Amino acid sequence: MLNTDSNSKNINVFMYKFWSDFSESKVAVISLLILIAIVLIAIFAPLISLSDPYDLSKVSIMDSRLPPMAKNFAGDIFILGTDGAGRDMLSAIFYGLRVSLGVGVMSAIFALIIGTIFGISAAFFGGKYETFIMRIVDIQLSFPSILMALIILAAFGKGIEKTIIALVLVQWAYYARTARAAALVERSKEYVEAAQCLALGNKKIMFNHILPNCMPSLIVVGTLQTAHAISLEATLSFLGLGLPITEPSLGLLIGNGFQYMHTGDFWISIFPGVALLITIVSINLVGDQLRDMYNPRLKK
Amino acid sequence: MTDILKVLQVSKNFVKPIDIASKVVNMFGNFYNQEVVHAVDNVSFNVTSGEVVGVVGESGCGKSTLGRMIAGILPLTSGKLDFHDQHYSGFDEGNYKHNSHIDLKIQMIFQDPFSSLNPRQKIIDIISEAPIHHKLISKKDKKYFVKDILNKVGLGTDAMDRFPHQFSGGQRQRIGIARALAVSPEFIVCDESIAALDVSIQAQVINLFLKLRQDLNLTYLFISHDIGVIQHIADRVVVMYLGQIVETASSDEIFSHPNHPYTKALLQGVPTLDTKKKIYTPIKGEIPSPINPPSGCYFHPRCKFSTNKCITDKPSYKEVSPNHFSACHLNS
Repeated sequence: MLNTDSNSKNINVFMYKFWSDFSESKVAVISLLILIAIVLIAIFAPLISLSDPYDLSKVSIMDSRLPPMAKNFAGDIFILGTDGAGRDMLSAIFYGLRVSLGVGVMSAIFALIIGTIFGISAAFFGGKYETFIMRIVDIQLSFPSILMALIILAAFGKGIEKTIIALVLVQWAYYARTARAAALVERSKEYVEAAQCLALGNKKIMFNHILPNCMPSLIVVGTLQTAHAISLEATLSFLGLGLPITEPSLGLLIGNGFQYMHTGDFWISIFPGVALLITIVSINLVGDQLRDMYNPRLKK
Repeated sequence: MTDILKVLQVSKNFVKPIDIASKVVNMFGNFYNQEVVHAVDNVSFNVTSGEVVGVVGESGCGKSTLGRMIAGILPLTSGKLDFHDQHYSGFDEGNYKHNSHIDLKIQMIFQDPFSSLNPRQKIIDIISEAPIHHKLISKKDKKYFVKDILNKVGLGTDAMDRFPHQFSGGQRQRIGIARALAVSPEFIVCDESIAALDVSIQAQVINLFLKLRQDLNLTYLFISHDIGVIQHIADRVVVMYLGQIVETASSDEIFSHPNHPYTKALLQGVPTLDTKKKIYTPIKGEIPSPINPPSGCYFHPRCKFSTNKCITDKPSYKEVSPNHFSACHLNS
């Protein structure tokens, strides 16, 4: 009984501390609320959308390119207008957020796992292995990530899983570098020597002792790189690589509306663009606040 | 009394490898050499079961490196280590061998009580992780096991579910001791284990060490720069200078009849409770760089009695009285 009490108390104290540090910045709190709203919209997109934009039986070509707040013959209101195929833009944006966030988060998680394993093992074993891994990272980081992703997708072709693979291959190096830097600091501490003295084995020392102490910096990089992955995916889809037309992300929606820009039908491109902007900015602001929290030099 | 640990001609070199650019320049002649630090240089001594061996010396003399090699954290460069007449670390036919069965029997207690405990583990996990990993206890016994060990080191059972940052330095050091004791070691290396503590806490921890030695029949290698502490706790003292042993004797002998000029100089620096005014004269000069050690006797640039022979010849390590060894030309 006593055990669980102090246990939950510890977690509460930790959460309280976390929140009081985080809420120092009002901007970050507002960004977090917006981000939570965006994530909820993405998860519940089929429930809150007025219509399923990809159900062909419900989409009529007669409704194409209606301006915002327009009504069709059946009396349905399109709050953000419709696109060239007569789909409701608001619903399309909800579904697009789902795809964009899904791809961004999935690729960030896989890149985090791969990069962390290589980064921590490089710091732990050192020597030729470390040199080998870190030179690959250096070479990869010296290319612009958009160029790398373009080359990979040009070779693989379109597809949701291929886009994720491309984003992981582009981004793992950032995590590897961060994980190595954090692990080098932890590795020289005496608790790691104590674990070696107790013969706990390399795997256990790396993942039970060094990894948990590297997590704060990895979470920060993970948040910022998720935003990067989303914008990278949007760029690729805009360019016609990346995701197929059957799974339109925000980038693809922007790309679809681009041809109508000169005719004055601005809403087809602008509204998905605004949604993308809000998503990326709110993730970045939350990530910045997390980074400041774990930066001891900024601690008061 | 049997020898529990034999240290046989153990050396440790740290090499700073030359980079590719220097290697290219070296093709046109030998401009750059590898920098080799002889941290521990050909050190041999024995430890008898149940005794406390103190290792003293200035900072940078290789005490900690020696302790880490004995604890199995650092590999040796040459020489070998025997535990109960069994090799556990050293060279066989030119290859470095390490016997991990003996690892648990030799444990280490560290200097810094703040960095030596993983801040994200609870005390119960810090103590029980290794015994569970090595199947010395089962998972469901861990509570009773940890309770028992915490009592041994003088901490209450309510410490179990807390994190290291909730304890003071002295309490953390006790947790570090409990972690080492959890795998029932026979030999403990204490690397400056009390240097980071308050003086009042130092006394408590030293008394804990002495009590555990009696209760659990432990043998200690006690590394410290504090000669007062060594005098209090050690049965035998090893004095190190620049990676080498300069003098070994029983504690009583070395404090009453120090032989080597370096030992004498160290002992003069010990503060005493005498009311008479005492003038402290520091040993002149800095400890020389272990990359380019001086010729002959390593201590000659700082020694009051140095002669020409000290500059050219290395003194041999001789028995000056029973069980009292010293490496100085003044003895011959």
